[in-house]
Amino acid sequence: MEIVLAIGIGVLAGSGVWLLLRPRTFQVIIGLSLLSYAVNLFIVAMGRLKIDAAPILGSHAADNINGLPDPLPQALVLTAIVISFATTALFLVVLIASRGLTGTDHVDGREP
Amino acid sequence: MNNLMIAPVVLPLFAGAIMLALGGEQRRNISAALNIITSFALVAISIILLRAADVAPTGVAGVYRLGDWPAPFAIVLVVDRLATLMLLLTSLLAAAAAVFSLARWHRAGVLFHPLFQFMLMGINGAFLTGDLFNLFVFIEVLLAASYGLALHGSGSARVKAGLHYIAVNLVASLLFLIGVSLIYGVTGTLNMADLATRIPAIGAQDRGLLEAGAGILGIAFLVKAGMWPLCFWLPGTYAAAPPPVAAIFAVLTKVGAYIIIRLSLLLFGDGTGASAQFGDQLLLMGGMATVAFGAIGSLASQDMARLASFSVLVSSGTILATIGLGQVGVTGAALFYLISSTLGLGAFFLLIELVERDREPGADVLAVTRELYGDEDDSENSQETGIAIPATIGILGVAFISCALVISGMPPLSGFVAKFAILTTALGAPANELPLAIWIFLSLLIVSGLAALIAMTRAGIRSFWASPDRTIPRVRLIEMAPVAVLLLLCAIQTVEAGPIMRFMQATAQSLHAPHHYVRGVLDSPAKLNDSRGPT
Repeated sequence: MEIVLAIGIGVLAGSGVWLLLRPRTFQVIIGLSLLSYAVNLFIVAMGRLKIDAAPILGSHAADNINGLPDPLPQALVLTAIVISFATTALFLVVLIASRGLTGTDHVDGREP
Repeated sequence: MNNLMIAPVVLPLFAGAIMLALGGEQRRNISAALNIITSFALVAISIILLRAADVAPTGVAGVYRLGDWPAPFAIVLVVDRLATLMLLLTSLLAAAAAVFSLARWHRAGVLFHPLFQFMLMGINGAFLTGDLFNLFVFIEVLLAASYGLALHGSGSARVKAGLHYIAVNLVASLLFLIGVSLIYGVTGTLNMADLATRIPAIGAQDRGLLEAGAGILGIAFLVKAGMWPLCFWLPGTYAAAPPPVAAIFAVLTKVGAYIIIRLSLLLFGDGTGASAQFGDQLLLMGGMATVAFGAIGSLASQDMARLASFSVLVSSGTILATIGLGQVGVTGAALFYLISSTLGLGAFFLLIELVERDREPGADVLAVTRELYGDEDDSENSQETGIAIPATIGILGVAFISCALVISGMPPLSGFVAKFAILTTALGAPANELPLAIWIFLSLLIVSGLAALIAMTRAGIRSFWASPDRTIPRVRLIEMAPVAVLLLLCAIQTVEAGPIMRFMQATAQSLHAPHHYVRGVLDSPAKLNDSRGPT
């Protein structure tokens, strides 16, 4: 379980960083999205991985609070997802505006 | 009083929401009035909170518990000296920028006023919050609004600079999240005061992870504060931003610096066990590199907006390096410098637009290039005697000289007092005991002042003395008044340097001995209007 998640985060982050360093705005935005997925998974992992644990506190589960996953990182991930979604959408608008104003999709606004 | 603590967050939020509901462009005048009223109300609220924090014996005026949950479990807002000081600085600059924008800039694009208020909400929230993740949320609010404002007025230069600005800040935000979650994974808390109590007890096997988290978090803030080599996005963005927005942006780098001050002294100050002084060396070195980079950049700048942007870097580098020194007296002086330089830079960004108005674009580049190749036409000089300097140019010139004095740190304005305070406090020990780093830092501080003076003198000569055929800019009173008021505040800071410096030193004392802050948060009374003090 740990190794699968770690490889997943690593692949997402690696591809994200590579794309982020590419010269085209579309590659940058995809890179940012992949990076934010990697970070979201990482936040979940920081709440410790638990297998077969009840996701929320049931009516009879109050005695065994140690078997439950940590709810706080999940709340953090939700917030982080919403925020990264919003900022990605905003970035997309700027990207299109830049394409319209400069006539190129290069991040510097002109072909090298 | 109690509910006033959350007003700096709630007031701009509601003001912005009402402006959005009003529906923008047809009712721009109502939005503008609302913006002005809110901005000035924020100044008043900040002053009340500042006085409350100053008279409080612990330096913490109050802790606002959202939802009234006990402190480590939910979000708290902490009103202490440093937070209220930054609130006041922000609201003063915001009021000046809001008035300035009324002349013409708020018509340059849509939704200027709501975005302005949302950015104020984010900045104020970032100063007040006592929770790491809540800090992330407020920073995202202020960044999202700042993306919109940086692009206000559109144009390919702004969109190009904005694209880089947004990409860099999105990456910084992701680093922020990684840092926060690493710290949470190790300590199990996000409350800053609770973190301060838990970090000394972290075992050796987890300490590496904790320091990695703190380092990644620090990088995210250093990007925002503009530390070299994380600052290359800054000059382009600030130079391209519309002037009233750039004036507020002068505070945005200080948000990064504020968080570095807050967290490094709270979590890694003296007496925090094995991790004490974590990152101080890096801050000192990085700060000095930033000062050097900013000074060289300002000498190389060909137009005033870039010159101002590089001055922002010098100011931010000075503050970061002084935090790295980790001495109480120096921190107090650095806070004095922070206020003085931010006000001066805010005024300068506003002034640039007035001076450069009606000039042909690229005139500065031509001027500097001409200087480089020595292509001076001296023959014209003989005819210039007797040309009266128009009043507008005179006023602008005086304002420009005042900005130059504040930014370069020459007497008699507050920049000099600030730099002098940093120099004297850093030289506290006998000369033969001072480490080499302090000598380098102090020399850099003086040389950077000289560089700023040279660069600004050159820019001033080119704008005010040269080119007799230039058109005189038409400047309205509501554009000149904010600049004058900001510079007047610098003058007041000089005249009242004694009491203000006493406040800064008290702030620095409580920052370096954060147990009042920690106890104030963790022992905050159960009900907000309960009069029981911290035990």
